[in-house]
Amino acid sequence: MNARLAALAPRAGGWLLPLAVIAAGVLYPWYVDTIRQLPVVGVYLPALGSMVVMLVFTMMAVGLNVVVGYAGLLDLGYVAFYAAGAYTAAWFASQQFDQWTFHFGSTGINPELPGIHLSLWLVLIIAGTFTAVTGILIGLPTLRLRGDYLAIVTLGFGEIIPQFVRNGDNVFGFDLTHGTFGISPIDSPGFGQTLNDALGLPVNYQQSFDRARLFYITALILLLITVFCCVRLRDSRLGRAWIAIREDETAAGAMGIPLMRTKTWSYAIGAFFGGVAGAFYASFKSGAFPADFYFNISVFLLCMVILGGMGSVWGAVVGGMVLGYLNVEGLAKIGSELNEAGIRFEPTKYQFGIYGAIIVLMMLFRPTGLISERRHKEEMQHGVADTPLYDVTAEGSDTDRNPRND
Amino acid sequence: MTDLLVAARVRKEFGGLIAVNDVDFTIPQGEIISLIGPNGAGKTTFFNMLTGVYKPTSGVITFDGTDVTGKPPHAITHLGIGRTFQNIRLFQHMTALENVLVGMHGRLRGGIMGSILGLPRVRKEERAAHERARELLEFSGLRRRDRSLARNLPYGDQRRLEVARALATQPKLLLLDEPTAGMNPQETADFTSFVSRLKAEEGLTILMIEHDMKVVMGISDRVTVLDYGEKIAEGSPQEVQRDERVVEAYLGKGATGG
Repeated sequence: MNARLAALAPRAGGWLLPLAVIAAGVLYPWYVDTIRQLPVVGVYLPALGSMVVMLVFTMMAVGLNVVVGYAGLLDLGYVAFYAAGAYTAAWFASQQFDQWTFHFGSTGINPELPGIHLSLWLVLIIAGTFTAVTGILIGLPTLRLRGDYLAIVTLGFGEIIPQFVRNGDNVFGFDLTHGTFGISPIDSPGFGQTLNDALGLPVNYQQSFDRARLFYITALILLLITVFCCVRLRDSRLGRAWIAIREDETAAGAMGIPLMRTKTWSYAIGAFFGGVAGAFYASFKSGAFPADFYFNISVFLLCMVILGGMGSVWGAVVGGMVLGYLNVEGLAKIGSELNEAGIRFEPTKYQFGIYGAIIVLMMLFRPTGLISERRHKEEMQHGVADTPLYDVTAEGSDTDRNPRND
Repeated sequence: MTDLLVAARVRKEFGGLIAVNDVDFTIPQGEIISLIGPNGAGKTTFFNMLTGVYKPTSGVITFDGTDVTGKPPHAITHLGIGRTFQNIRLFQHMTALENVLVGMHGRLRGGIMGSILGLPRVRKEERAAHERARELLEFSGLRRRDRSLARNLPYGDQRRLEVARALATQPKLLLLDEPTAGMNPQETADFTSFVSRLKAEEGLTILMIEHDMKVVMGISDRVTVLDYGEKIAEGSPQEVQRDERVVEAYLGKGATGG
């Protein structure tokens, strides 16, 4: 079915199908209750709350796709960016730092409440920026490495950051992360009384009767912004440079592309969206806990990108929604249906085994992903010509011995 | 005549192997210089030092008045040295046009925010870049090839595309690494006249590694010969052809005596 969908996309002007999907997505809260009544399939449709989680993880997958798909840098530590975003939200919109009391644009809480409480919209931007800076800091020492070496080091950073937040309750006597307890509650987004009076925008999401619907629409808008930015970037000068680096790093350097800077940008941009998604998610579930940031999240996000088709934005969206659904609701639903039918099998217990099986099957039957990008398809079939003329750095070093080209 | 590039006592060691041994080398503005020598003489290593892929063990390379020794490749490209590769290194899965556009990377200014927001300035620049890329393809004899993937082009056209991509970096000095390797005589002849045109019409200075002596003797203003990492001869094509050490290097010691 997806093959046909993918084939349909270019024929319909490339826009009709995405527009239809977006329209269906925007209207989902208004018909979800009706279609969940449908016989047989109805029970499998995700509730709004689950949809928010799916959208947030999809947003991270789209961000990861910039690093892995566009620039071809295998990042096994993306969870670090998720964590950085979530904790930024926790720092700037909770009672964590109750030694200070600072409010700016916060909604739905007592203005006397201790702690730093900024407007969550501002927090999202701060989280994205802070995470992008984290990405640059992680990228600078690591992006000189190629391929497998880079993957190993990013894996390391993906482990270090969760360890750091787990143990960050006493940084020289300062409680930065509240250790294993995590930080909770975190403020929720809202527009405040003034904007509510003027434009009818909700005062505060958490206190609204429409809580799920509001979070859902906001998550969808964030995802659409992410997709828009990633599509624009792919077709830009920077996007061409990323593809060139993915195809042949040596030639890209010789064509005037600053390798380090360009790779670092892909890292920073991927990190930015991961940070925004992380902050939004932390606000949605009103907490940031170290147990959320295990290595398996990185792998899970990578699976989304691979399932959807590396380098393809829409692929990452589809992959993210499919795996996100299975993770949040699908497997549990299937399990309970099986139980009712008298079969004692709980798919949630084997979830990573199931994702693994999905990836293996994909690699066997459709290695380029559900919505494969034309170029990646070719690369899969023919391989890339990226044999390094030099091993590690553009600056050259003792490792650059490769006289065979003479 | 001013010298565009001066390499002074440039040396490269790979562990115990001396690939290039204290070579002095100058490229005068506006000339076609050929670098020849038997296999393993250090020609490509020398090339890779000029373009920043390798950092010289010692010695100084000055290009257009700037010390470029050990600078990263993109910075050297930016200063005006464009290159092709011995084994064609096109971006195989990009179209011919995209390959040339990548070559323009350093000459374009479009930033991240500008691209995301689609600012008029960035759009205008992109349009101009596409136009210029098509012109370059046409100049390089690749008309109507702009939408073909690089890997699907015939061999001779791939060589031409590599040159077009290098030209897109707006070089003052163009380095060609065995540009006619693997070409048939017709393709070689076409390519030779193309290189002459680059000098005549674009005013480019060209340094070329070449094994085909017909090409070397046909278009070079000067020829430099490397052997075992050392410069053994330099001069006009005729002078080099008569040089005893050159004949020796290519044919062996007995050849000069008899």
